[in-house]
Amino acid sequence: MSPSVCLQEMIRVIRGARTQGEERGVIQRECAAIRAQFRQADNGGRSHNLAKLLYVHMLGYPAHFGQMECVRLIASSKYSEKRIGYLGAMMLLDEKQDASLLITNSIKNDLSHSSQHVQSLALCTLACMGSAEMCRDLAPEIERLLKASNSYIKKKAALCAVHIVRKIPELGEMFTPSAHSLLSEKNHGVLHGAVILITELCERNPDNLKQFRKSVPELVQIMKNLVTSGYSPEHNVAGISDPFLQVRILRLLRILGRNNDAASDAMNDLLAQVATNTDSSKTAGSAVLYETVLTIMDIRSESGLRVLAVNILGRFLLNNDRNIRYISMTSLQKIVQTDHTAVQRHRGTIVDCLKDQDASVKRYAPSQRWHIDTILHVLVTAGGDVRDETVPNLIQLITAASELHCYTVHKLYRALISDIVQQSLVQVACWCIGEYGDLLLKGECEEITPMQVTEDDVLDALETVLQSHMSTPTSRGFALTAIMKLSTRITNNVDRIRSVVSIYGSCIDVELQQRAVEYNALFKKYDHMRAAVLERMPVIDRNSSGQTNGDPSVEPMKEFNQPKPVQGVLIQEPANQVCDLLDLLGDSNPPLLVTNDHTSTAPNSTNSTSSNVQDNLLDLLGGLEPTPAPSVTVFEKGGLSLKLQCDQQTETSTTVTFTASNSTQSDITGFNLQAAVPKSVQLQMKAPSGDLIPAQGCGTVTQTVLLSYTNKANLKMRVRLSYSSQGTACQDMVQIDSFPSPAWS
Amino acid sequence: MIKFLLMVNKQGQTRLSKYYEHVDIGKRAALEADVVKGCLFRKKEECSFVEYKDYKLVYRQYAALFIVVGITDNENELSIYELVHNFVEVLDKYFSRVSELDIMFNLDKVHIILDEMILNGHVVETNKNRILAPLLALDKMAEG
Repeated sequence: MSPSVCLQEMIRVIRGARTQGEERGVIQRECAAIRAQFRQADNGGRSHNLAKLLYVHMLGYPAHFGQMECVRLIASSKYSEKRIGYLGAMMLLDEKQDASLLITNSIKNDLSHSSQHVQSLALCTLACMGSAEMCRDLAPEIERLLKASNSYIKKKAALCAVHIVRKIPELGEMFTPSAHSLLSEKNHGVLHGAVILITELCERNPDNLKQFRKSVPELVQIMKNLVTSGYSPEHNVAGISDPFLQVRILRLLRILGRNNDAASDAMNDLLAQVATNTDSSKTAGSAVLYETVLTIMDIRSESGLRVLAVNILGRFLLNNDRNIRYISMTSLQKIVQTDHTAVQRHRGTIVDCLKDQDASVKRYAPSQRWHIDTILHVLVTAGGDVRDETVPNLIQLITAASELHCYTVHKLYRALISDIVQQSLVQVACWCIGEYGDLLLKGECEEITPMQVTEDDVLDALETVLQSHMSTPTSRGFALTAIMKLSTRITNNVDRIRSVVSIYGSCIDVELQQRAVEYNALFKKYDHMRAAVLERMPVIDRNSSGQTNGDPSVEPMKEFNQPKPVQGVLIQEPANQVCDLLDLLGDSNPPLLVTNDHTSTAPNSTNSTSSNVQDNLLDLLGGLEPTPAPSVTVFEKGGLSLKLQCDQQTETSTTVTFTASNSTQSDITGFNLQAAVPKSVQLQMKAPSGDLIPAQGCGTVTQTVLLSYTNKANLKMRVRLSYSSQGTACQDMVQIDSFPSPAWS
Repeated sequence: MIKFLLMVNKQGQTRLSKYYEHVDIGKRAALEADVVKGCLFRKKEECSFVEYKDYKLVYRQYAALFIVVGITDNENELSIYELVHNFVEVLDKYFSRVSELDIMFNLDKVHIILDEMILNGHVVETNKNRILAPLLALDKMAEG
């Protein structure tokens, strides 16, 4: 006589409903039936009806008419009805409903019921939805139950007390003595409840802290027992005995030990023991270790312990489980922000971890701002130890976070004026100031306290970097370029910039001299181009393994990722300009000639290095020949040769012409081309001019193919030729990976 | 503390919902849909902790069922992760190889088990035998 048959039947019917409308119909019918049955007085099926109603309620339909029924069921004497009644009360009632007042009396009676199960029901419901008045009425009862002999009841009473304390903090004093005594219980459930109660009391009222600090030795003892006890089948979870209780106690110890030396001293041994003995191969162990680390960092622990904690976090970072890596990264972030000194000492460890896990940090970074902040912080503390790629990585990240430009440049400027020892930080700061100097000078930025920065200040800072003996040549290069970029972004001190630039034109360092001379020329001969050349850089795409972006990186931009990033800056801007010109004028040839000559007379033919610059420039422009695109022989066998020629090329499509010629003595008949391309490319083959290729090169067969694609890098083609030559049928396949055309776009 | 516990299947249907912090009944459906949407679209490589509004979600997928727990910031996420697994193990023990249908057709019993484990947003008992004791007693009473 399972009591839920009707409920199951209803559930089956609801599940069988195929549309939302049908389901609504079924439920409305059921609700009407239930309502009718509620109105009838005494009825054996009341509990089933309420159960059905609760199910309906869970699905989201209104069920308020069941509230009175809950009250009635709670008052009944049958346990099954009481159970459903209380469950209904917890789900349907809350303190705002009037009906909740009506159950106060029932709860009171049930709290003194002989059966512990009934008592527990009442406790549970009270803890769940007890209003302030109900709590005030029933608090003495709860207190009495806390001292009861039944551990089943005690644990529930403890948590009910937590609810009461939350609702009415003044009543906390009533529970303090009992909470204290509960700590000597053996039952883990009761211990758990007691720890939670004490935690709640301490959080609400700091006076309680003093009182409960006396129990620190007791708590330490309990933890020791948990950690060192052997296998206990009752509480064992993956080899750790009662990790839930351990975590709870650690959290309480954290609250008690905060800002208090005596308590912290008492805990030191224990924390060390837990940290070293806990097995972290399963999540349960890691959970305990995580809590331990948080506790160590929060209390006044000794430095050896802190080293241990940071080491644990470092280990977590290398863990395979992504949950654990996430945890360690969020805690490292908290530690770095609050406890700078401890982190300083162990920055080697942290930077090591960060070095390896850069991709994960990127993936899990809660926001770009957090990501930038974290890397900035690493640079400030340990800039000398980071990898070289960090600088371009960070720069790329900053350009991508366009809404944070203002914030970033302010932060970097401040870091720069305080200290210029860390070279990677200096490089990033100079680059940003050069790029976003106008945002810096505007002065307002909502995210940090405003600081009035004048153009002179900025130039002073950059010049300090230039002149300081601590700066490496690379950093000096960054600074000089930044000063140059500022010439278009500021209005008043352009002359100062010109003088700085011309001074460095005779610098001993060849790199700086070259740059200075180039910039000088930009001022003199090419002043009209200066604004265009020095404008903001677009967002840089990156093709490294950590990224999954499929967009093609424009070829000139790839230059940026090489170890000497800044050298590419000047090269790219003129190239961009030239490219723009080309695009404007389509593919016609004469302008190509003109611009080629123009760039070949670009500044500085004095240095040998400058001709390298030029070569690079020309290489970038690729095979920009003033003649039509050449044809390339892609296949040659037994006299049959197939040539390929690219006629028109735009960003997304190419027209390719195949020309087949025959140098044998006899004609080739039945010539047929089939082509296959990767999925990202679309192919359209036009009709061939014929299928007979005359002998000895007297004629050719041509076929045009239109290719359209989104990603030029993926462009590949496989061609199958089938033909009959000298009586034999042949089939050949050739793969074409590169197409003879300008390498960029 | 735990704010709520939800069991939702892949189609977005709620199989169990328990709130430990009051949420208006009208708003519950919207909250559930939103939370589930957040968890359903997580890729495999992402971790099980989601930052949602001003608190956190810990979710775990078991076949077609998602168990999502909303917790406040001061709670240990790994510990809650283990708690979810503990809960499922208890259900497994009671129903012998629990499935989504078991949960649906015996919703009241699942609620009883959950009440034995979590009270007022905090863990009260994690030992499987002790959790199931009252329920088994109730069953015996019902039979007799």
